[in-house]
Amino acid sequence: MSEPLTNQTHPSQPAHPTEEPDAVVEPSSLSARRRAFNSIVRSREASTLLVLVGVIAAATVKTPSFLFSSNSWRDLLLTPSILLLLAVGQAVVIITRNVDLSVGSVLGLTAYLTGRLFIDHPGINLLVVVAAGLLAGAALGLVNGLLVGWGKVPALVITLGTLYIYRGVVLTWAGSNRINASDMPSSFLELGTKQILAIPVLFIVAAVVLAIVGYYLQTARGGRELYAIGSDPDAADLYGLRVRRRVVAAFVLSGALAGLAGVVFTARYGTVSSDAGTGIELQAVAAVVIGGVAIFGGSGTVWGAAIGAVLLVTINRALPILGIPDFWQQALVGALILSAIVLDRILSARRARHLIESRDNS
Amino acid sequence: MSTRTYAEYSQPLWRRLLLTREAAVIALLVVVVLYALTSVEFFNSKLTLTFLLLDVAPILLIALPMTLVIVTGEIDLSVASVVGLSSVLVGILHRGGMSIPLAAVIALVAGILCGALNGYLVAYVGLPSLAVTIGTLALFRGLAVGLLGTTAVTDFPQTWTDLAKAQIAGTGIPLITVPFLVLAVIFALLLHFSAFGRGTYDIGLNIEAALFTGVYVKRTKFILFVLTGVVSAFAGIYYTLRFGSARGDNATGLELQVIAAVLLGGVSIFGGRGKLGGVIAGVLLIGVISSALRLQGVTVNVINIIIGLLLVVSVVSTSVLAWVSDVAARRNRQGTRAQRTPSGVGTPER
Repeated sequence: MSEPLTNQTHPSQPAHPTEEPDAVVEPSSLSARRRAFNSIVRSREASTLLVLVGVIAAATVKTPSFLFSSNSWRDLLLTPSILLLLAVGQAVVIITRNVDLSVGSVLGLTAYLTGRLFIDHPGINLLVVVAAGLLAGAALGLVNGLLVGWGKVPALVITLGTLYIYRGVVLTWAGSNRINASDMPSSFLELGTKQILAIPVLFIVAAVVLAIVGYYLQTARGGRELYAIGSDPDAADLYGLRVRRRVVAAFVLSGALAGLAGVVFTARYGTVSSDAGTGIELQAVAAVVIGGVAIFGGSGTVWGAAIGAVLLVTINRALPILGIPDFWQQALVGALILSAIVLDRILSARRARHLIESRDNS
Repeated sequence: MSTRTYAEYSQPLWRRLLLTREAAVIALLVVVVLYALTSVEFFNSKLTLTFLLLDVAPILLIALPMTLVIVTGEIDLSVASVVGLSSVLVGILHRGGMSIPLAAVIALVAGILCGALNGYLVAYVGLPSLAVTIGTLALFRGLAVGLLGTTAVTDFPQTWTDLAKAQIAGTGIPLITVPFLVLAVIFALLLHFSAFGRGTYDIGLNIEAALFTGVYVKRTKFILFVLTGVVSAFAGIYYTLRFGSARGDNATGLELQVIAAVLLGGVSIFGGRGKLGGVIAGVLLIGVISSALRLQGVTVNVINIIIGLLLVVSVVSTSVLAWVSDVAARRNRQGTRAQRTPSGVGTPER
């Protein structure tokens, strides 16, 4: 609707008789490695990364211990891990032109479940707890997915509903109970601070998830189908893609990652009350938008979303160091989101102009 | 799914009116109110009515312009932050020695500016409103918290805080319902009885068709976001005086409650469908259920579950009903065809 009408060829106009379909793109004279380098440097993700590096550099120049003390280095990677997991799941859902607002409530539910398992079953295996968190999250995501896929109801409405339902369940279950660090085995809590080669374990978990999902989206058939569905669901259906199944799978993934984030939340903070993760859903969407995923689906990567999540968390830690009082953080985050959307619009307008030019020149 | 089929128009008027989402929500509201009046202790009292209306007033107010915004197929997530910002402005200006009416006017102007920023970015720059208003949600909330920090302004003059809680001549109906009713009439006229309102439906149903039929798409969207901003600011002033407290985090999370109520009232999130009557019934339904459950000693937790379930069930039931009537219509068509052409030579499918 926003494209100019001249963009489309009018049916009454004769087609260009001399048009050759393969003359639109000239073969590149650069080497494969050079081209890969160019496409990474010029990518939308690189601009988010540049802002992130800028923020870290500015904070480090002002206070070197922001990066160069072992605690700060750990926090730099550890604190964003939770939002990173949520942002990866959210990005996959948004790429299919849906949205999952229930992730904050799913996180709260699985975080409480994690603590509860340790209290009710002393000596339970850690892997069982992690699996329980993943499965519980996946089951809650499956409910979302089935309602969206088979109920034919917009995801925004369904997940807004389940946001309230899941939060209500955890509020009823937990009441005013709070799970404290003393209720949990120290082996689990150590995970929250443990490091391998100076990299926190929880960040490694998040990074491995990111790598797997990112690789799948970029190379696997299922991943590419998600983009096709997001850019035009009806066309994807006509083309024979299993739209419903893919959308349900995206919601299951988002739920499972929110469940994993719940376990990570418990390990990281050691205390869980019924309001854990309240309001984090909009932060996850914001991270995805900052990372360059189009809110109406079909474009963007989880790499970008992950960088967006790290940026969002890091900026909150860096601003006080840069002399900007705590309470202005949110305003700056808002400005950051708005400029990210404007940047996306400018980039896509430029891309559209290039496409029109190359079509007209051929 | 949001357009009406010819089959629906072929039914008699009373049936068409009775079988709408709005009628279902209103009927449910009546049933719940009757049940609460007869079986819930203390529900049948003036005090309950007063507190019920005082509590839902901000949601009722913001739901009015939000309905129009969602009918055009857009959304505004920043409303609760505008409430917070306007609350903080009233607090700061009052602390600075300004009179409450003047501070309120400035807060309303700030609301207009907030709405204008949303409207400009969505309507004229052409950015998706979901993303824009998540950004301004953070921006306006950040400004609110930034201006007042973690402190609160609480020393509002008693005459004004009393006014926010005042009742109309001892009826138990709070005074805030008067401005609400005035706004409700204005928005109902705007949406259902004006060219502007028909334009909003056109935009929601098919934006290109709306453009070609001469609807001022950009201007309409811009005006609607400005209206949402100014009404949210008004709700913020009310919120501040009702609780006698201006804080940066006032009304956090209210945006999702407003949107849930609007959708429950039968407005389609894709735009082009919905009525103001249904939305008001939807807000009141949530208010009555919360109030009745609280009187019965049920905690807030269950209310969350019920609101969520209502939202999910109401939208899923619509598509289940659509599916059922679709199957019925298909069967019906096959039946009539078989009658007309017993030899099996049917009219070609259109």
